[in-house]
Amino acid sequence: MEKRRIFEDVKIADFTWLAVGPVATKFMANLGATVIHVESGTRPDLTRVSYPYKDFQAGINRSAFFALYNDSKYGITLNLRLPQAQEVAQRLVYEWANVVVDAHLPGHMEKWGLDYETLRKERPDLIHLATALQGKTGPYSSMPGHGMAGVSLAGFSEITGWPDREPAVPFGAYTDFIAFPHMVSALIAALIHRKKTGKGQYIELSQLEASLQFLAPPIMDYMINGRVMTRMGNRSPFAAPHAIYRCQGEGEKWCAIAVSTDEEWQSFCNVIGNPAWTKDPKFSTPEGRKENENELDELVEQWTVNYPPEEIMTRLQEAGVPAGAVESGEDLVADPQLNHRGTHVILEHPEIGPHIYQPPPYRFSKTPHELTMPAPCLGQHNEYILKDILGMSDDEVAELLIAGALE
Amino acid sequence: MADTGKREGALADYRVLDLADDRGVYCGKVLADLGADVIKIEPPGGDPSRNIGPFYKDTPDPEKSLHWWAYNTSKRGLTLNIETADGQDIFRKLAKTADAVVESFPPGFMDSLSLGYSSLSQINPGIVVTSISPFGQTGPYKDWKGPDLVGWALGGQAFTTGDEDRPPCRISFPQAYLHAGNHAASATLAALYNREFTGEGQHIDVSMQEAVTWTLLCTIQYWDMMKFNMFRGGAKRRMGGPVARVLFPCKDGYMSFLIGGGQLASISMPAMVKWMAEEDKLGAFEDRKDWAAKDWAEKVDFWSMTQEQLDAQEGSLIDFFADKTKAELYEQALKRRIILYPASTIKDLAENIQLKERGFYVGVEHAELDETVTYVGSPCKMTETPGKIARRAPLIGEHNTEIYEGELGFTKDELRQFKANGVI
Repeated sequence: MEKRRIFEDVKIADFTWLAVGPVATKFMANLGATVIHVESGTRPDLTRVSYPYKDFQAGINRSAFFALYNDSKYGITLNLRLPQAQEVAQRLVYEWANVVVDAHLPGHMEKWGLDYETLRKERPDLIHLATALQGKTGPYSSMPGHGMAGVSLAGFSEITGWPDREPAVPFGAYTDFIAFPHMVSALIAALIHRKKTGKGQYIELSQLEASLQFLAPPIMDYMINGRVMTRMGNRSPFAAPHAIYRCQGEGEKWCAIAVSTDEEWQSFCNVIGNPAWTKDPKFSTPEGRKENENELDELVEQWTVNYPPEEIMTRLQEAGVPAGAVESGEDLVADPQLNHRGTHVILEHPEIGPHIYQPPPYRFSKTPHELTMPAPCLGQHNEYILKDILGMSDDEVAELLIAGALE
Repeated sequence: MADTGKREGALADYRVLDLADDRGVYCGKVLADLGADVIKIEPPGGDPSRNIGPFYKDTPDPEKSLHWWAYNTSKRGLTLNIETADGQDIFRKLAKTADAVVESFPPGFMDSLSLGYSSLSQINPGIVVTSISPFGQTGPYKDWKGPDLVGWALGGQAFTTGDEDRPPCRISFPQAYLHAGNHAASATLAALYNREFTGEGQHIDVSMQEAVTWTLLCTIQYWDMMKFNMFRGGAKRRMGGPVARVLFPCKDGYMSFLIGGGQLASISMPAMVKWMAEEDKLGAFEDRKDWAAKDWAEKVDFWSMTQEQLDAQEGSLIDFFADKTKAELYEQALKRRIILYPASTIKDLAENIQLKERGFYVGVEHAELDETVTYVGSPCKMTETPGKIARRAPLIGEHNTEIYEGELGFTKDELRQFKANGVI
C-alpha cells in the first residue's frame, strides 16, 4: 500500500498571489494537498512578471520567482471580473474544494461571490483562510500593500542597521515569511478541528499582526518600561565579540562570530593563538569585553582578515566557538549542510528548464514532503480542471473561452 | 492559578511537553495559544532563558523576563531534571499520555538519555517528537553552534542586509529561532493531523538555518538563473538593475516607497505622480506622467531604467516628503491608495490605530503582581476556535503540585524526596 500523505484529503482552491499566500499553499501541496491556483493573465501574478527570468528574457512562464512559490500546484486562469468565470470558481468550491485561501483586498472576494458567507451556504464545513497586509477589517485594511512595505510598517527596518546611520531595510518581503507559517498552522488547526467535529470556519490573518509576534518583547518593553528599542548594528546586549568581520578573499568575504561565555572566549583566544592583547585584563570578563567592544572588534578583525571565512568558521566551530560565514546566493547553493538536507530541489519546468526549488525547512521521518511537479504555466491545467474535475463538455469549455472567462 | 478548567481552541485535546529553551520556545507558544495543554518542562531553578532581558519594570528577576513572558503564554510549568534516572522515569510517565514533545537540545542528546523518538515511540506509538536545532539532526554542521547572528549569516539573510560600506547586518532583535519555532509549530500540527488518520506519530527535524533561507525571497533563484548575487544596499535595494531607494526620509522619520518601475513599484506611481502634480512638485517626474497610462507593464521595466533617471526621481521624492510627517503621509497614502507606509518605530507600533481598532493588543492578568499587563495578541482570528492567550507564562515550578500530585498521583512524601534529590 502506498504511504499516506499528510494532506491527501485536503483540496485547496487558492485565490492568492505574490508571496505570502502562494508559499502557504505550496507548503500544503508539498505535504500532499491538492491545490488549484486560480490566476488570470489579465492581471498577472506580479511574481510572474519579475526577475529572475530564464536567460534574462521576460515571459509569463519564465520567472523562477513565481516558480519557487507555486510548485506542486495545478493552475487555472479565470478572469474573475466576468460572471461566467465567477461561476466556474464557485463550482470549484461547491463541487471540489474543502479549503479556500485568499489574499485579496477586502471586498474583492465578496464582489465575485467567493466570500466565506456566500460559500458556506453551499459548503457549511468549508475552511476559508483570508489574509491581507493589515487584515480584512479596520480603517487601513483597504490599503494595497506587500511584504517589502510590510517590513518597514511592522517596525523591522527601524531596528536594523547602524545607530549612526539611517535604517537598513531587512532584505525582501520579510513580513510575508513570518506570516505564511502562521497561516499554515492556523489552517491545520482548523483541519484538525473539522476532522474532530465536522465543522469548518473562517480564519482571518493580518500579516502585520502575525509579524509583530517576532517583536513582542521590545513592544512590551516600550509599554512597560517606556524604552524604544533602536538599531545597534550586529551588537548584542549580552555578548562580545559579537559582530561580522571582514575576511580574506576577493569581494564580499565576511564571517559572523558570537562569543557569549567565558568558555567560548577562552577557546576563541586559543584558536587565534593567544596573542598578547587577549591577556589584557580589560578583556578578561564579559563586562570588560562589552565595555571595550570597539577596540576588541578591531583586534578580532586584524586576525580574521588573514583567513577565508570558511576556514575561520570551521576552526572556530571545531573549538566550540559560534561562527558562520556570511553566505551569498552562490554560497547557499554550494552550502554542504543545506545540500546534505536536500534543500535545493531541481525540477524540470517546461519553459525554464531544470532549476532550483525548495521544500519546507523540516523533515518528517514517516511522511516525507514531495515536490510533485514544477510550477504551472499560465492556464496549463484549464482543460484538466474544467473537464476532468468539473465534468464540463467541450462545448461548455468553448463557451467560456469565447466569453473571455479563461483569460 | 489552577488550570483545571476545560481548555478551549482547536487543539484543546492535545498535550505537548515543551523541553525547548529560547531556541524552540516559539513552537510551544503557537500551540498553546491555539488551545493545546503545553507543559513547559524546565530544569530545577528555571530555564536559563528566564534571564533574557529586558525585565518588567527593569527589575532583573527570572519571574519578570519579558522574553519569557511573551513566548510562554498559555503554558503550564513543571520543573524536572531529565538528566537524573528518576527524572527520566517521570518524563516517560508524562510522555505516555502526551501527544507531542518539542525539544531544542543538541542533536543526539535526547537519545543519550533514552528519551529520543525511538524510545518514546515504544511507550507511545502516537507521539510526535519535534526537534529544533541550528542546522538539523544530521549533516556536517549538526554539532555546530548557531546563535542568532550565525544563523543570519549561514541562512543568507545577512549578506543582503545592511549598508554596503559596512559589514552585513542582522535585525537587532534576534529572529532566527523564531522562524525555526514558527515552522516547527506547523510541522508538529501536520504530524498530529496525519496521526488522526494513522494513529502513528513520527519524528520531525527542523533546521533553523533552513528556516532562515525561507525568508530570502528569490536570492537563490537569482544565482541559479542569472549568476547574480543579491547584495545589501542599506535603505536602498540592490536586486539587479539600478540601485533604488526603498526608505525615504521625511520630517519625523522614514517612509517606505518603491520608486521607479517594475510591476510592483508601478502600482502606486500614477496616484503618486498625480499627488505631486497637485502640489506642483513633480520635479523629475515632469516627463513621466505616462505612469498614469495603463500600459506601464512593458514600458516601465525597472531594469531598463538608468541610474541617473532613478536618482533624479529619488531626489524629487525626498523633496516632496521632506516637510511632511509620517502621519500626514500615511493619511494621504490611505486616501489615495498608494503603497506608501511609515517605517514604524517600536513606539509607533504600540500606538498604531489599525491595531487598536482591531483589538490586537490584549490584557493578560498577572495575579502575582496584582496587575493586568498588555501583550501582543493572536496572530490570527478564527471564528470557531479562536486562538487566545489563556494565561500568563508559568512561574518556576508553578504546576508541580497540580501535575505531579493531581495527575501523576505522586504523594507529598515522594515529591519531597524528589526535591531533595534535585529531580524536581
